[in-house]
Amino acid sequence: MTTTEQHIDQILIPILEQVSDPEIPVLSIMEMGVVRSAVIENNIVKVQITPTYSGCPAMDVIGDDIKKALKEAGYNSEIELILSPAWTTDWITPKGRKALEDYGIAAPLSAEADKDVLLHGKRIVKCTNCGSTNTRLVSQFGSTACKAQFQCDDCLEPFDYFKCLK
Amino acid sequence: MKNENLYKYILGIADNSLILGQRLGELCGHGPSLETDIACTNISLDLFGQVRSYYQYASKVAGDGRTEDDIAMLRKEREYVNVLLVEQPNTDFAYTMARQFLFDMYHMLFLNELQKSKDVTLSAIANKCIKEVSYHLRFSSDWIKRLGDGTEISHQKMQDAIDGLWTYTDELFHQTEADKQMVEEGIGVDVIKLKETYYTKVSELLHEASLKTPESKYFQKGGKQGVHTEHLGYLLSDLQYMQRTYPNMEW
Repeated sequence: MTTTEQHIDQILIPILEQVSDPEIPVLSIMEMGVVRSAVIENNIVKVQITPTYSGCPAMDVIGDDIKKALKEAGYNSEIELILSPAWTTDWITPKGRKALEDYGIAAPLSAEADKDVLLHGKRIVKCTNCGSTNTRLVSQFGSTACKAQFQCDDCLEPFDYFKCLK
Repeated sequence: MKNENLYKYILGIADNSLILGQRLGELCGHGPSLETDIACTNISLDLFGQVRSYYQYASKVAGDGRTEDDIAMLRKEREYVNVLLVEQPNTDFAYTMARQFLFDMYHMLFLNELQKSKDVTLSAIANKCIKEVSYHLRFSSDWIKRLGDGTEISHQKMQDAIDGLWTYTDELFHQTEADKQMVEEGIGVDVIKLKETYYTKVSELLHEASLKTPESKYFQKGGKQGVHTEHLGYLLSDLQYMQRTYPNMEW
């Protein structure tokens, strides 16, 4: 039942694009795919957002930031947190993936490759510093619940890998 | 309460995650290594996040003004209905991982079925949680193998932990009256049907980790009726301290 359909009024897109993920400031919530709908009804913007992870502490902040951005643009808003369909890393846009990599977080691989990496220790995650795939898993959980910790064995740089969630 | 069975059913699921989350949270700053410390607290965070969805729903079902926080923080020991397994202490890292693995395996099977619930809220929560729990299971399975198949000492410690906690596994498959009612209505999961798969999968992994599957048939129960081991009271006094000391305080 997973649908990637989003209902977002065109006029709201530039406003929502200004709101960033507080844990990954280079990424807007639009690129992250957490905004599932945003429509204007009777002068109030109704926004539905979905958490990346259930316990993601960023969700409250994201809700407040959306309200603030919309207020500045002259809209009152209501935020609703929805769980279904559940967020997947597939909803991160290509631009978002690029922003992640530039920021030093390796973007999620396909579900199959993700398993190879996290379970069987395959060296295919590209180091965000030097591009080498001579990298290894340090821990399945990194600085936040959505990431795993890696290290590059060529340039020795430690970095995060955004785990595939499907 | 209009739908008391549903309310009880939600608590039955949520309390397991709350208490296990609290146990893992105790390791914050005390994990055996930085990576395992972070992993345990991340899993704890996932569980607490899941718990919020359940308690928010329970608060709606109760409809008596109690908030999610009231339900989580202000019940007495006998009113918590988590299974005994999750309240067992972090005796050592082998115990912590064995407890995690024995619960994660059940949790995966359970959520997989809960996704098919006729109750749309429970099914949506299950659909969200199962993605996170699959990572928990990978993590704990990995440690069972590493310690079981590691040195002589790590093997012995892991075997001791599995043997010590085995007595709490059977309770996962017990049903309360509310559970039975919910199964009847197509809302709840018939856990009895999961039992065989659970023990098969657990045994397979233990075998892979060169560990023995315990043969003891002596099992403890009571958590689901609110009758707990001596460990829960201490855990709750930690969990509830702030709300009891400064009632209604908020961050």
